[in-house]
Amino acid sequence: MKKNIDIVPLLSSLLAIVAGLVIGFIILFICNSDKALLGFATILTGPVTHGLKGVGQVLYYATPLILCGVSVGFAFRTGLFNIGGSGQFLMGAFGAVCVGLTCDFLGPFQWVVALLVALILGGICGGITGVLKAYFNVNEVITSIMLNYITLYLVNMVIKGNKLLFNSLRNESRDIPKLANIPKLGLDKIFVGSSVNSGILIAILVAVIIYIILEKTTFGYELKACGFNKNASKYAGINENKSIVYSMIIAGAICGLAGGIILLSGTGRHIEVKDVIVSEGFNGISVALLGLSNPIAIIFSGLFIAYLTAGGFYLQLFQFSKEIIDIIIAIIIYFSAFSLLVKDIIDRIKQKKLKS
Amino acid sequence: MNILYFLIQQMMLFMIPLLITALGGMFSERSGIVNIALEGIMCMGAFISILFLHFTEAIIPGNTRLILACLIAVTTGIIFSIFHAIASINLRADQTISGTALNMFAPAFAIFVARVIQGTQQVNFANDFLIVEVPFLSKIPLIGDMFFKNAYITTYIGILILIISSIVLYKTRFGLRLRACGEHPQAADAAGINVHKMQYLGVIISGALGGLGGLVFVVPTSTNFNATVAGYGFLALAVLIFGQWKPKYIFLASLFFGFMKAISSSYSGIPILMDLKIPNYIYKMIPYIATLVVLIFTSKNSSAPRASGIPFDKGKR
Repeated sequence: MKKNIDIVPLLSSLLAIVAGLVIGFIILFICNSDKALLGFATILTGPVTHGLKGVGQVLYYATPLILCGVSVGFAFRTGLFNIGGSGQFLMGAFGAVCVGLTCDFLGPFQWVVALLVALILGGICGGITGVLKAYFNVNEVITSIMLNYITLYLVNMVIKGNKLLFNSLRNESRDIPKLANIPKLGLDKIFVGSSVNSGILIAILVAVIIYIILEKTTFGYELKACGFNKNASKYAGINENKSIVYSMIIAGAICGLAGGIILLSGTGRHIEVKDVIVSEGFNGISVALLGLSNPIAIIFSGLFIAYLTAGGFYLQLFQFSKEIIDIIIAIIIYFSAFSLLVKDIIDRIKQKKLKS
Repeated sequence: MNILYFLIQQMMLFMIPLLITALGGMFSERSGIVNIALEGIMCMGAFISILFLHFTEAIIPGNTRLILACLIAVTTGIIFSIFHAIASINLRADQTISGTALNMFAPAFAIFVARVIQGTQQVNFANDFLIVEVPFLSKIPLIGDMFFKNAYITTYIGILILIISSIVLYKTRFGLRLRACGEHPQAADAAGINVHKMQYLGVIISGALGGLGGLVFVVPTSTNFNATVAGYGFLALAVLIFGQWKPKYIFLASLFFGFMKAISSSYSGIPILMDLKIPNYIYKMIPYIATLVVLIFTSKNSSAPRASGIPFDKGKR
């Protein structure tokens, strides 16, 4: 019996993926029945057929997805909903831009400092949410949403007002010099032509560290306990307010790191001075949900979604818009809510077997 | 005086979609289902109804067309929200899952379908809905200038929804039952209330109002729809929490938001504010910072529906 319960999450995730892909195929078929099969094959195999470049591209796309996913998943595990990933991401990106453009005296350590600043700014952004939640009982969802906008306007204001940072021709932050980018560690030699860099290794490392913190340390246990039951944790001698603040600082820092890494990748990504919230934080929610909030599983769900995204990019060759990928991912996430149904069905099959 | 009138007319445009959507969210949360899908529902409602506006441009005149579009937005919202209801009520899944899925689905769907139908993702529509003067009422001094000139019919629909919502929630048997389900569904169940039915109705109402909110957001300020409602669904969620899940406070919260937004978008036309030389971005930030400050002082006694977000389990005590 116990074995069955363990299979259920994995099985229902797999079923959800199959359902999402099947519905995606049906949509393609309805739109253009001639090219549907070809298009669908591209989604599934696109990145691979473009050789190592495609694989490298998947790793590059996966970096922010994994980090933001770990951030949201970590917060979920500690009973918090971090919907403010976008704001934290932007703060991190902003920190990286500032250090990357102004601190060339740091030499080879510039990218390290830039990432640290990104980490800290993201952490502060998350920390504000945590403090308001812990000491003022302000719902973390509303604080995060407010902070998404506050950071957006704040960052835009500072960048636009500073000639060192602002590229007025393109209305975005200036190019960060190559020397300040995070090292590629030879990954660009393996995956020739792709944008991959050591950021993916950092992302995986962070996921593993968060897994260890959550599962193997007293600190992580306390954070999780507060998520389960605040009052019981307090009774057990855990400082529940501090735990909430720590959780949000960590979650924010991870998203900030994601922002820093992407801006220091040298792939032409800038902070655009537009009144539009970046989508990374919200994508993190999807990745976390698909990975069932388990940091290790989130590495794979992040890679999976990045794989589909890269496939969607090649899909445009067949005149399909790449939004079909978002539709498929949305359907997959939706069907992952059906795990209870899957469990019921498995139980029923098992009972039938017992009877016969 | 003209500036004040202009500000108030602007405020209405920002405030009404927030008000309608937040009231929708209120019905859902009061029944015990957190609805973070409001953003997606707004987007979907706006998309389908504006597609309707786009195709009926030459056939049906002005405000009749807008009212029909409202009905279509409501229907779309209902159908779309039922997906949320199935996952969160029947399947007792985590309510953020289907919410996130719907939020992701709606804009992607809007872009995809728009591209398939017309080749571009932007759906244009002729905006001929402005009511320059409401007959008779606009002649009332002060009030007439504020509320009955340069208005859209959607503004009045929004106010009507506010009044009806307050009455339904507090003065009807349905409202009482709905609130009971959000506070203690097991007790409600023991009292013979069909909790699932109540929660379904809650989510459906939120879908209806959310879809309408989407249309109301796009129509007065634009002549096209570009597969986004600019985070207004999330803002509505914030207004809902800011408004403490109560209609009158939701009204005040959206009024506050609308007013600050109106100032930030039109401060350049106000001499006093223009003289202060404060960067535009500060005005844009103020509504959000002010909300946080107000919440810091008021949240100690938060009155969230107690069972909100927890799947209803009959066997639980």
